Amino acid sequence: MEKLRYERPVIKKLETGMPNKFGLRTEYAPMTHIDGVAVKKLIEDYGSPLYVISESTIRSTYKKAKKAFSTRYPKVQFAWSYKTNYLNAVCNVFHQEGSWAEVVSGFEYEKAIRNGVDGKKIIFNGPDKTADDLRKAIQNESLIHIDHLDELYTILELTEELEKRPKVAIRVNMDTGIYPMWDRFGFNYENGQAWDALNKIMRSGKLELMGLHCHIGTFMLTASAYAVAAGKLADLAIGIQEKYNHSIKYIDLGGGFASKNTLKGAYLPGSDTNPTFDDFAEAISTTLLNCNFRNNELPLLILETGRALIDDAGYLLGTVIANKRTSMGKRTTILDIGVNLLFTAFWYDHKITPAQPFTHYTETTQLFGPLCMNIDVVRENIDLPLLNKGDHLVVHQIGAYNMTQWMQFITLRPNIVMIDMESKVHLVRENEKIESITNHERMPEHLKNFEL
Amino acid sequence: MKKHKFTIAVSGLNAIDSPGPGVAVIRGLREADSFDVRIIGFSYESLEPGIYMHDVVDKTYQIPYPTAGTDALLARLAYIHDIEKLDVIIPNFDAELYSFMKLEDTLKAMGINMFLPTIQQFEERHKVNLPEFGKKYDINVPFSKSIFSTSEIYSLNNEFVFPMVIKGKYYDASIAYNLEQAKSYFNKISAKWGLPIVVQQFVHGTEYNVTGLGDGKGNTIAAVPMRKQYITDKGKAWGGISIDDKRMIALTEKFVSQTKWRGGFELELMKGQDNEFYLLEINPRMPAWIYLAVGCGQNIPEALVNLAMGEEVAPYTDYVKGRMFIRYAWDMIVDIDEFHEISTKGEL
Amino acid sequence: MKINKNIAISDSGFVFNPVNGESFSVNPIGAEIIDMMKTEKSYEEIHKTLISKYNADEATIEKDYFDFVGLLKQHNLIDNNEEA
Repeated sequence: MEKLRYERPVIKKLETGMPNKFGLRTEYAPMTHIDGVAVKKLIEDYGSPLYVISESTIRSTYKKAKKAFSTRYPKVQFAWSYKTNYLNAVCNVFHQEGSWAEVVSGFEYEKAIRNGVDGKKIIFNGPDKTADDLRKAIQNESLIHIDHLDELYTILELTEELEKRPKVAIRVNMDTGIYPMWDRFGFNYENGQAWDALNKIMRSGKLELMGLHCHIGTFMLTASAYAVAAGKLADLAIGIQEKYNHSIKYIDLGGGFASKNTLKGAYLPGSDTNPTFDDFAEAISTTLLNCNFRNNELPLLILETGRALIDDAGYLLGTVIANKRTSMGKRTTILDIGVNLLFTAFWYDHKITPAQPFTHYTETTQLFGPLCMNIDVVRENIDLPLLNKGDHLVVHQIGAYNMTQWMQFITLRPNIVMIDMESKVHLVRENEKIESITNHERMPEHLKNFEL
Repeated sequence: MKKHKFTIAVSGLNAIDSPGPGVAVIRGLREADSFDVRIIGFSYESLEPGIYMHDVVDKTYQIPYPTAGTDALLARLAYIHDIEKLDVIIPNFDAELYSFMKLEDTLKAMGINMFLPTIQQFEERHKVNLPEFGKKYDINVPFSKSIFSTSEIYSLNNEFVFPMVIKGKYYDASIAYNLEQAKSYFNKISAKWGLPIVVQQFVHGTEYNVTGLGDGKGNTIAAVPMRKQYITDKGKAWGGISIDDKRMIALTEKFVSQTKWRGGFELELMKGQDNEFYLLEINPRMPAWIYLAVGCGQNIPEALVNLAMGEEVAPYTDYVKGRMFIRYAWDMIVDIDEFHEISTKGEL
Repeated sequence: MKINKNIAISDSGFVFNPVNGESFSVNPIGAEIIDMMKTEKSYEEIHKTLISKYNADEATIEKDYFDFVGLLKQHNLIDNNEEA
């Protein structure tokens, strides 16, 4: 006789004031396959934990965003935000789709160049650009977004030694009614810093003022703030046009579009409430189209959105290590995924689903990672089906920041695979070996030997 | 002529000491002249009294909490619709309205009608946005401000006079008489409901309420003003009386025509010592005391269903003044099997 | 270790403890275990039954069984006085 599928026994007190999940279908369906590839097989072949990137999701999300903007505004250019996910394979999918590169450090700049991006199509942001970084960027005719006056003076100095005329923009910060206001980057609009910096650039005669840039915040839940930002940048552009008869080529509204993730403490899920690309595009385009640019010379609109383009395409697969109870009897489950790999667990309630079928019985569970640290909590409270040791789980929407802000703490970073458009699996970053770490260490001669 | 029979789903069956409007809405529907009804209850918790009131609700289904997302809600509604063939849904909880508004088109395509405010109306009447709302529509609102940190409280001294009301984004409000209290309420409420905190000038005076119905084109289909006569320690009216105040009706008509309000609503008003009405809050749904309006001759639930079904509805022009409602509590005897049914199967 | 005999358990997994008026919901395998406990089956018998019926290893079944019994105790469904 074939044995029945085992589910651990569970009994749950019916709290009269609380909803009873029993009797209702659980909220999520199991995720047994990603883009047609079985989760079980992925883990068999590449181990657990495992990052999985869906190429088709990247491409379809990008197309959705592109369409939202290009149907509303005539000149649109996306630039892939390297810091969000700078795996070369991911960057190149975006480059194939037509994205330029947006980098914030010498390291990212070098990555973009090595990926084969034309220097003219690299936007160089950030407060930390060394003289060497700037020299390289000027020679490659990259677009340098100046963050502070010290950087402006360094660039002016470099023009003495270099033949090229640097192509620059300034980063502007401003009040868009959003809290907190990001006023640590760039030049302030309201107090006139930005206008002063633009005048310095124009009067120097040595720099080519190409554009204006801002980046008003992160995980923005209101599209209207972008309308304010677009209006203020357009105002500066028109000011420059009038004073110097110089047309700004582009307006770069940066990124910060929220993805569909749910922030901790939010009442409704992000997939329902967070603005869509259409919402952002509508706010921005309407504002720009209504501004009085001379001769209707509309500037190119550049967008550096990262999170909203890649979050959905990333999955993190993991395995149940153990089930326990706390001293108070609360169910806890330990996974092989910790905050070392899922940095975003600090601010999102990630959607997590089992990778195998289950019944509608659930238990309120606290999900812990495997690290020996009290802060290693993946979800504080989640209703999950009754998982057994060895069962697999899928964490959704983890494509942004986790593969750049991860920590190599007490363990090694796992494989990353990409599933292509034909459901073929490619290893795009190999798991680290102990040598990946120790090869960089050096042992002083006198510490080589010891006896215990 | 035989009346048409509609199947109407209603939530807010929590007829408890801080009641949801569901049971009162259903009483209006059952007394409708223009149609007969089969009532489907939507419940979240298994002790909502309406579930067990079989002469009020014909059949109840549990539905998932809004936090589960619209996909889960839609799946459940599709299951229920398959069995019950719903004509209309009347959601009665503030917290669930957003999800239903999101699903309005999808449900319409399935043949389920609703008559809700638009998302824009819903957002702009939110208490965080009330000052702009007042400015935009030229309606008196108490001065208020959203703040994000306790340090901002000190600067309020220049703009506010104590007492002021410290309000949470969704729920909770406390009256502060000095800076120390304001700070402590800020911390207490923000810990629970997050930021921002809304600080509102306290208006001394008497509280009045209006419930009404807008047709979405600017016409006021119904409006009944009421003064609370007895207020419970939870701030809910336990008794009230319909009143004849032309200015309140005029204010309501102005609100409806300016915003083109669609659906039921309740305006919370304060008549200040300057004899002016101040709009304190707009609830985007019918209130728990809606049956008073029915009792005064304006069957707002019935009119709302007819609007949802796409009928032309003539505005009510009159109501009985000086009619009272007095709420009462009633102990039902319930078999544990019924509790067991709804708890384990989610249906009763 | 004895389960309270007057506990009512229905087919749909609804458990009612008339002693203190508390209600619970239990999944099918949990109901099966409670039923066996009510007929005073020993742990060894219960264990054997489960092993023969379900696709799981002995250690898992044993661990989960004691976890479940822990829950029954926590919910006062097991008479602690008569504990063996």
